[in-house]
Amino acid sequence: MAAEGKTIDALGQFELTPVLGKLGASVGFTQSTAHMLLAVGAITALVMWGMARRAVVPGRLQSVAEASYEFIQGLCLNQIGDEGKKFFPFVFSLFMFVLFGNLIGLLPFAFTFTSHIVVTFALATIVFLLVTIVALSIHGTKFFGYFFPEGAPKALAPLIIPIELISYLSRPVSLSVRLFANMVAGHVMLKVFATFVVLMGSAGVLGFLGASLPLALNVVLIGFELLVAFLQAYVFAILTCIYLHDAVHLH
Amino acid sequence: MPQLDFGNPLLIAQIVWLLIIFGLLYYVMSTYALPRVESVLEERRARIAADLAAAQAAKAEADSAMAAHRDATAKARAEAQSSIASAMQQAQAEAAARGEELNKRLSRQIEEAEQRIGAARDAAMGALRQVSLETAESLVAKVAGGADRGRLEAAVDRALAARAG
Repeated sequence: MAAEGKTIDALGQFELTPVLGKLGASVGFTQSTAHMLLAVGAITALVMWGMARRAVVPGRLQSVAEASYEFIQGLCLNQIGDEGKKFFPFVFSLFMFVLFGNLIGLLPFAFTFTSHIVVTFALATIVFLLVTIVALSIHGTKFFGYFFPEGAPKALAPLIIPIELISYLSRPVSLSVRLFANMVAGHVMLKVFATFVVLMGSAGVLGFLGASLPLALNVVLIGFELLVAFLQAYVFAILTCIYLHDAVHLH
Repeated sequence: MPQLDFGNPLLIAQIVWLLIIFGLLYYVMSTYALPRVESVLEERRARIAADLAAAQAAKAEADSAMAAHRDATAKARAEAQSSIASAMQQAQAEAAARGEELNKRLSRQIEEAEQRIGAARDAAMGALRQVSLETAESLVAKVAGGADRGRLEAAVDRALAARAG
């Protein structure tokens, strides 16, 4: 994994390094944390600054802010129903945080905090806990009926209950691994092809021609990664909404 | 893979920072940012609704003005028609009255004329009797010498009546 000489080091980009000197190191303030703050700052700036003019006919920035607002609001209301209003700020924060994390990570020299399993798992755990708490507070002990669908034959209970339980408990895992794996795979591929460009480019005229292929591939990949960045944020948000719907309505 | 190096204290610190920063984002979004967007959208919705209502009101007003105009036109036409009809009737009545008057005058003149003619004929008839009587008297006097005036008158009358019949 070490980046010594001309070898392919695709994973070094995920290494955490403390920033802000000694103080940063003492509180574990890494470039990942800095990028989280950057994402939060960018989201806040987009919404607060974008809506600052409060124009009836929105400008470009205001249109973006309103479009994301209405997009997530539609998602919440469609998936959860009228109760979705309560969870809208949470889903909006989640979606924007993941989206900006993914997008900022695509910039040169930037760090992708969503490519860290602990980050995605922590977010998924927040969702999981929220869903469970909401379900328990709304339905009380009836919530446990969720694990045994009504009308199913009693004889199948020993089979159905463990399956339902496992599928419920695996939600945070699938939610976090999906995002993490997508981000890691994309960034590893970009890095690998970028390294090809450098390695081939340093091998003379012939290599210069050969380097154009991975370069072209990387151009395509960046477009693809932009799509994935949005798509994964969307998937994260919509799955959260679906889980919340289950919690509110119990099937 | 550095992400799976769970011995790294920076990894744990990252989780703590994430919770703090995400909490901050949620707080800012739910208390400041999103209500702001909501208020702007609400304002726009209200504005659009008000504009639509105003447009509807204007349309209703235009419709009622149009209806009033149509009513006024219809009324004016009906009035005109009725006044034409009454004028025509009056003219007809006048013409009829004049015609009747003319008729009356003409018939009166005709009557007068007939009366005059009748009088003239009666006079003529009276004169004829006188002439016939005198002629017959003188004739009878010449032939027979003197005549019975009474019998002569009766004969003349008989002859005249036979002729007039």
